[in-house]
Amino acid sequence: MDFFSESLHTALQLIAARDPDVVSAVTVSIVVSLWSTLFASLAGVPAGVAVAVADFPGKRAVVTLLNTLMALPTVVVGLFVYSLVSRQGPLGEFGLLFTPWAMVAGQTLLAIPIVANLTMSAIKGADPRIVPTALTLGAGPLESTRRLVIEMRFGIMAAVIAAFGRVIAEVGVAMMLGGNIRGHTRTMTTAIAMETGKGEFALGLALGLILMAVALIVNMALNTLQQR
Amino acid sequence: MRLIRLLSAALVALLMLVTVAGADERLRMSTTTSTQDSGLLKALLPPFERRHNIKVDVIAVGTGQALKLGEAGDVDVVFVHARKLEDKFVTDGYGVNRKDVMYNDFVIIGPKSDPAGIAKAKTAAEALKLLATKGITFISRGDKSGTHTKELDLWKAAGISPKGSWYVEAGQGMGPVITMATERRGYTLADRGTYNAFKGGKTDLAILFQGDKGLFNPYGIIAVNPKKFPHVKHDLAMKLVDYVTGPEGQKIIAAYKAHGEPVFFIYKK
Repeated sequence: MDFFSESLHTALQLIAARDPDVVSAVTVSIVVSLWSTLFASLAGVPAGVAVAVADFPGKRAVVTLLNTLMALPTVVVGLFVYSLVSRQGPLGEFGLLFTPWAMVAGQTLLAIPIVANLTMSAIKGADPRIVPTALTLGAGPLESTRRLVIEMRFGIMAAVIAAFGRVIAEVGVAMMLGGNIRGHTRTMTTAIAMETGKGEFALGLALGLILMAVALIVNMALNTLQQR
Repeated sequence: MRLIRLLSAALVALLMLVTVAGADERLRMSTTTSTQDSGLLKALLPPFERRHNIKVDVIAVGTGQALKLGEAGDVDVVFVHARKLEDKFVTDGYGVNRKDVMYNDFVIIGPKSDPAGIAKAKTAAEALKLLATKGITFISRGDKSGTHTKELDLWKAAGISPKGSWYVEAGQGMGPVITMATERRGYTLADRGTYNAFKGGKTDLAILFQGDKGLFNPYGIIAVNPKKFPHVKHDLAMKLVDYVTGPEGQKIIAAYKAHGEPVFFIYKK
């Protein structure tokens, strides 16, 4: 119990002092995760809608693949992108490794299956009368799909929020592609991993509490967008 | 309610507009976790960064990975402590201008009661031999780090190839390995700096063997070869090398203390 109260005390101290390392880590975590969630949504929502609405040969295989990709280990995604952006890789000349943009790339890949899969579930759970109703009212197939998406926006927003939660909480991609550089690519999670490695368990937990508080605030913001 | 929605959307948008790419020039240095965890770089780098208006990006990983980053040209300069690997790095053409920076030593730590009796050993290799013969838990870094390389050299000197359930290959950094040795009541080879950082309250293991010449732990800094990687910031890298080995950098290194004790020592010029 001592351990937890020490962590809570440390967390409040760090927040009150506006510790620059903590502020930097929080900022990097939020900005990187918001960008990746945005890109993942731009790719994942249309993909999820398309798979849910259309009928095509191999649809079950695609659905199974999407389900499997949700279980991608973060360190594997990290390694994959690392091989692309390292100087030895095909995209090496852009010098993206150990920058926040490499982290965004990795986290986007991680988040796309989540957004696509949960969007697909949301659409499939829709009232089956929505599309035929739109069609009888004179809408074309594209317009009736748009209506369907608008009707299911709560579920689709839930998919986006779930993806955000996944990426802000992960360590593997951020560590491999960011390099935990102080003031530049150190996120809350890589900082926690580092402090834990130094045996600073109470500080690690304190940072974890701050991360949860930050995630709560961002989710409250996203939630008010969700409640229309 | 509408205002709150608007403000929330604005907050989200604002955060995303914050450009994360800094405007400063950046020099990339790979180093070891023990160097970073000692806290030395927080004292050593800022004067250099201020003078040249640059930021030094420190990527701290195991020595093996730090050198691999240099071999791939992903960093501009490498700062590690594994002399044999450093020399190979240079002869293989990946690095130029290797310079000595500082040194400290390794110690063998274990439970205060010293079940293996290594305190009576005359050399570090002999101490490890005692552990192997008695099959007493030893945690190895197992990660091609400077510490791991030193450990393997000692086993070679003892003429032993460590095998068995007593020999635990952790594959982790020095901190986690000390924690593991503490939990498992075993021995391990540690650099003095990290051990000092832990001996306060994070471990109850004690130094049971030290002082052998073979436990000497020298640190070197190497600029990545610009002929092999034209994109590296060689001039800046050499400026850092000169700073770290020059009077100002050496003074900071010699004066640096963690938990009231010096961590690194400089060579007499």
